Amino acid sequence: MTSITANGGPSYISAGYTLRSWLTTRDHKRIALLYLVSILFFFVIAAVAAAMIRIELLTPAGDLVDDDTYNKLFTVHGVVMVWFFLIPSIPATFGNFLIPLMIGAKDVAFPRLNLASWYVYTLGGLFVVGTLIAGGVDTGWTFYTPYTTMFSNSHVIAAVTGVFIVGFSSIFTGLNFIVTVHQMRAPGMTWFRLPLFVWAHYATSLVMVLATPVLAMTLALIAIERLLGVGIFDPALGGDPLLFQHLFWFYSHPAVYIMILPAMGVVSEVIACFARKPIFGYRFMVYSLLAIAAVGFMVWGHHMFVSGQSMYAGMVFSLLSFLVAIPSAIKVFNWTATLYKGSIHFDAPMLYALGFIGLFMMGGITGIWLAALAADVHLTDTYFVVAHFHYIMVGGAVMAFFAALHFWWPKVTGRLYPDGWARAGAIVMFVGFNLTFFPQYIAGFLGMPRRYHAYPDEFQVLNVLSSGGAVVLGVGYLLPLLYLGWSLRRGRLAGANPWGATGLEWQTPSPPPPDNFASPPRVEGPPYAYHAEQAAGDSHGR
Amino acid sequence: MAADSTPAIVASHFSDADNQETAATLGMWIFLATEVLFFGVLFAGYAVTRLIHPEAFGNGGRHTDVLLGSINTAILLTSSLTMGLAVRASSVGWRRSSVTWLTLSAILGVAFLVIKGYEWYHESLEGLLPGPGFDYSGPDVPGVELFFFLYFTMTGAHAVHLSIGILVVASVAVLAARDKFSADYHTPVVLTGLYWHFIDVVWIFLYPLFYLVSRS
Repeated sequence: MTSITANGGPSYISAGYTLRSWLTTRDHKRIALLYLVSILFFFVIAAVAAAMIRIELLTPAGDLVDDDTYNKLFTVHGVVMVWFFLIPSIPATFGNFLIPLMIGAKDVAFPRLNLASWYVYTLGGLFVVGTLIAGGVDTGWTFYTPYTTMFSNSHVIAAVTGVFIVGFSSIFTGLNFIVTVHQMRAPGMTWFRLPLFVWAHYATSLVMVLATPVLAMTLALIAIERLLGVGIFDPALGGDPLLFQHLFWFYSHPAVYIMILPAMGVVSEVIACFARKPIFGYRFMVYSLLAIAAVGFMVWGHHMFVSGQSMYAGMVFSLLSFLVAIPSAIKVFNWTATLYKGSIHFDAPMLYALGFIGLFMMGGITGIWLAALAADVHLTDTYFVVAHFHYIMVGGAVMAFFAALHFWWPKVTGRLYPDGWARAGAIVMFVGFNLTFFPQYIAGFLGMPRRYHAYPDEFQVLNVLSSGGAVVLGVGYLLPLLYLGWSLRRGRLAGANPWGATGLEWQTPSPPPPDNFASPPRVEGPPYAYHAEQAAGDSHGR
Repeated sequence: MAADSTPAIVASHFSDADNQETAATLGMWIFLATEVLFFGVLFAGYAVTRLIHPEAFGNGGRHTDVLLGSINTAILLTSSLTMGLAVRASSVGWRRSSVTWLTLSAILGVAFLVIKGYEWYHESLEGLLPGPGFDYSGPDVPGVELFFFLYFTMTGAHAVHLSIGILVVASVAVLAARDKFSADYHTPVVLTGLYWHFIDVVWIFLYPLFYLVSRS
């Protein structure tokens, strides 16, 4: 990698090469890279589980793995993807790296807490790896009681402990970001000059801080109930299993917004840059981020329409779930309006971001179907639900993660990757994703239930399509690994601002120096000061 | 006073001491918000379980020691007073007074834990500890067991927080005795005070739920 920045001082990478200098760092940029490596490790574990699921489902009979193993596979896939990849994916890596840079600060407010969050994450991860080695857990990622507390014979406590612990890492991250945005902004960086990426992380952090403790205590109660045989979730003991579901989804629905809000932040940055236009309706984008975070706390009951909760609760949760679609739609409209008459460049980050918009819209609209009470009775626990949330979590959050990876890779590493390969990678990923998950909408609509390792013959065509798509999707994930790895040593030097982007992070060398800026920046105007005519001269990149 | 006061050590990424103090205080408030949600699960659990077993919660509530519970409430409320005085003393730079009030707060905290431990001990002897040894005769035994499950879990979670609080207060008292704080810089005392008052507020809710319910 580049060892020296443009002005001759060391970059945050060349500031120290020893393992110790990394493991004891308080630099938010280094901690971001520690996180990046860790979450990719867990992404691979969870992806392998997904691959085995897809191989099993190639044929209607349960022939590759037995039903118990299958249960463990989808549990591992869910637990690891949700808590060890998606939740920290964008915030702990790009949020960590970029928020101080974007607001013109030297670091986050609490650098030691930031490092602690990574260690806590790692400790939680060790518990999950331990769970896997010991033989896995078969409850599904939702840990529903009383199965989890009374009946499961797998390693529930170890898994729950891992998730309990990792929750504190996201609380630490969220707390740090909130205080950082409040207290560390450079002179002139007013709230309404903040890039939407920062606003998105602010909204995300509120959700992290307010939802995660609920999950932590709920999981602790599960562990106690399983260990001691007393607890408030088991009907045989006088408890209420629906209470568990309420508490679990009180966290786990907002958790979806922990995944998607940062993704929306990424896409806003990328779209503005490659359309060469200021974001359309900046303030509405801000308010809709906050509205999604707020309303997102009040929709959890839509996971429980068929659980036996009160009919009136169902109606209210259904209505509120429709409401949350409004700010989400505002965002899609505003991205589209930003593109309108823009000078659009189809660089790799832009392809990922455009892919995000399409896939997020598909996921969002099918979410409206599921929020409708009557339709949900038919669709619940089918592959339709699986397809819906994968369009949001993978099509949305993971596409945006790759958009961020490609957009800020030159900033993080100081190197450019081969653009042709990257564009091909984005297209392969988009095609592979749709091929994997679109057939699942159809299978689910036709009534194929989720979480079974065997299925009736008539669903085989759809499942073969889906498994074939998973192979393409896998190639789509491997490609960036190859050319990004290649670029680390051989990529062209990026320079401070290869995309001609606005934003403070582009005004400092790539990779940035340890203190981020040579002199404290001063902000004079609103974000996204792009001019369409500037594109004629094409100041950007290559 | 200003001449010999310890100046705040400002970390390089903050613009000044004021910036640093505000950040730390905001961080503490957010942490306390997470704590509210953390305990909130247990309070929600209490509400729902009591709705299912109203009679049992009344019967269970008559088996806790209201006298000791009330004494403990008085002790904890007094400790919040002494903590408030400690924060005040350190904010005007009175070192010895600050150390005294901090120490007294910690001692009151320990007194609370001793009494609480005595209560738990007696309740476990009476067979009120949920689990295989639970021994209670009367209507709706599972409901009463859940009452005591929540009682032990919630007062237990409170006691864990209080124990951490005592350790923190003791450490801050040692720092204060070593003259680490001044009228200009005493953020750790303020933050400790916030945490201490939070623990007190949690108890103010636990006391009626477990000691006063159905005791009219």
